[in-house]
Amino acid sequence: MSFPWAEHYTPKHPAMQWIDEKLPLPRLVYNAVGAGYPVPRNLNYFWNFGVLAGLALVIQIVTGVIMAMHYGANTLVAFGTVEQTMRDVNAGWLMRYAHANGASFFFIVVYLHIFRGLFFGSYKAPREMVWLLGLVIFLLMMATAFMGYVLPWGQMSYWGAKVITGLFGAIPVVGEPIQTWLLGGFAPGNASLNRFFSLHFLLPFVIAAVVILHIWALHIPGSSNPTGVEVKGPQDTVPFHPYYTAKDGFGAGVFLILFAVLLFYAPNYLGHPDNYIEANPLSTPAHIVPEWYFWPFYAILRAFTVDFFFVPAKLLGVLAMFASILLLFFLPWLDTSPVRSGNYRPTFRKFFWILIVDVLILGYCGGAPAAEPYVMISQVAAAYYFAHFLIILPLISRFEKPLPLPNSITEAVLGRHAIEGEREALPGMGSDPQPSHAG
Amino acid sequence: MAIVEHLESEGASVSDGGGSDGVRRRDFINIAAVSFAGVGAVAVVIPLVDQMNPSADVLALASTEVDLSSIQPGQAIKTTFRSQPLFVRHLTDKEIAEADKVDPSSLRDPQTLEERTVDGKKQWLVTMGVCTHLGCVPLGAGEGENRGEYGGYFCPCHGSSYDTAARIRKGPAPKNLEVPKFSFTSDTAILVG
Repeated sequence: MSFPWAEHYTPKHPAMQWIDEKLPLPRLVYNAVGAGYPVPRNLNYFWNFGVLAGLALVIQIVTGVIMAMHYGANTLVAFGTVEQTMRDVNAGWLMRYAHANGASFFFIVVYLHIFRGLFFGSYKAPREMVWLLGLVIFLLMMATAFMGYVLPWGQMSYWGAKVITGLFGAIPVVGEPIQTWLLGGFAPGNASLNRFFSLHFLLPFVIAAVVILHIWALHIPGSSNPTGVEVKGPQDTVPFHPYYTAKDGFGAGVFLILFAVLLFYAPNYLGHPDNYIEANPLSTPAHIVPEWYFWPFYAILRAFTVDFFFVPAKLLGVLAMFASILLLFFLPWLDTSPVRSGNYRPTFRKFFWILIVDVLILGYCGGAPAAEPYVMISQVAAAYYFAHFLIILPLISRFEKPLPLPNSITEAVLGRHAIEGEREALPGMGSDPQPSHAG
Repeated sequence: MAIVEHLESEGASVSDGGGSDGVRRRDFINIAAVSFAGVGAVAVVIPLVDQMNPSADVLALASTEVDLSSIQPGQAIKTTFRSQPLFVRHLTDKEIAEADKVDPSSLRDPQTLEERTVDGKKQWLVTMGVCTHLGCVPLGAGEGENRGEYGGYFCPCHGSSYDTAARIRKGPAPKNLEVPKFSFTSDTAILVG
């Protein structure tokens, strides 16, 4: 599970030795996120976002469990109990704003984490399973966030639930029974609110479990790095603790500062004012929008406006939206280039940035009203999104001429001459087999 | 499991009386036991899934009675049916004429006003107030609301316009406003559902 030169856990205190014999949990932690996990020495700040996503999950679970202590999952009182939490419960406003904005920050860091993976080719062999489990976490996050947004039982909660469950209604024949089954009624009601609350409480712990699998799968090949060149020897790695605990600690500090700025100075900036109106099944808000983190997918959903070969436009939109995420499960096999890092792939890099701009455009259109020119722009952008993964990426992998890779991580960091110098200065290292010098 | 089967198979022909067809008593017991447990597991899943369907109290509200006596021609009311908005509209003669004037084959969802109303009671248009696009509540049932350019209903979400027979005429919605099953219990009352 780790490199042979990983440091070994040797408890000194008798109590720790006693625990290690009975239940080697400290040993597990030491080998997972302690000095026992050797990590490439050249990780940049983009490698902070995994740990930051973990931190965001912890913030969500802590504030969420507290919110649940003051919440009543019943349509008669739900809206009122959330307002009461905000106004009457000691520090309740802080818990609610931290939970609502924490969801946004969770998505921000996860999107940056995915961005990192896409640019540096982290999804490629031998880390496909890490990527697949990450996508499972992403899907679970989306489900959890959607159900959480319904709980305050405001206008956006109600109509969001109606529109999203309505997506399932677009499926032929079984669609409407599925929608009724999901809601426990013919429209969002008390039964829907209760089950969403139950699942919203459960899913974060399922996410935590999949996170453990995600880290487990990561630790089998070890972390990737910005060069995409695999670790070749002890000189390429440093122990996770203290090197990356310190680096991640710094990242966590920056994250918390930005989080605090939004939380204390603009807590409603990312929210929607209509959700401070209690749900009313007889009146639709003029402009139904999901939370910002769903906008790119919402734009793809709405990009389909005409029927195609007897398939209704509504169903096409639903299929395209789900496909846009499921597509990512095939990414490790669509991008066949053996070079991982975008730093050494000049053509890939250009199209990568076009994709990022494309997704940002989709996001903008998803938040805009469904009118021209936004519909037309989303259609073009959605088409490009699929073309990138299904056509452009496989072609680039075939025809691109990558830049020369460094022989090793150490060479990339210190330069070839420095390595020669280092070897002379440290004769002990000279005897190590160093495949990096073979090339 | 694999080891046990391996050991068994060595002496099978003697101890189990497996015989020439190669089926041993242990294989039969194994398949039968696993199948029985499988049937049991499926039987348990049924209530676990079914509990999510609408409960009896939700279904009990599955029909709604509406009193029509106070609705004047040209007026409409908004009520609820299965916790969703229901529009009941008393059409004027002019509105009926407008709806009849349209050639149904030119429509996206071809239907005549007759097909959408009860025989002899053409002036009573009963529809769900749920836009067939993404489920918003269209405007037009309330006094002074925007009825769109076809004089029926107008959905503010994505601009679908419905005519005086609540048929889709313009915008993204694929279907006419749904007409629920209903019947007249008297001249001035209907039972929806």
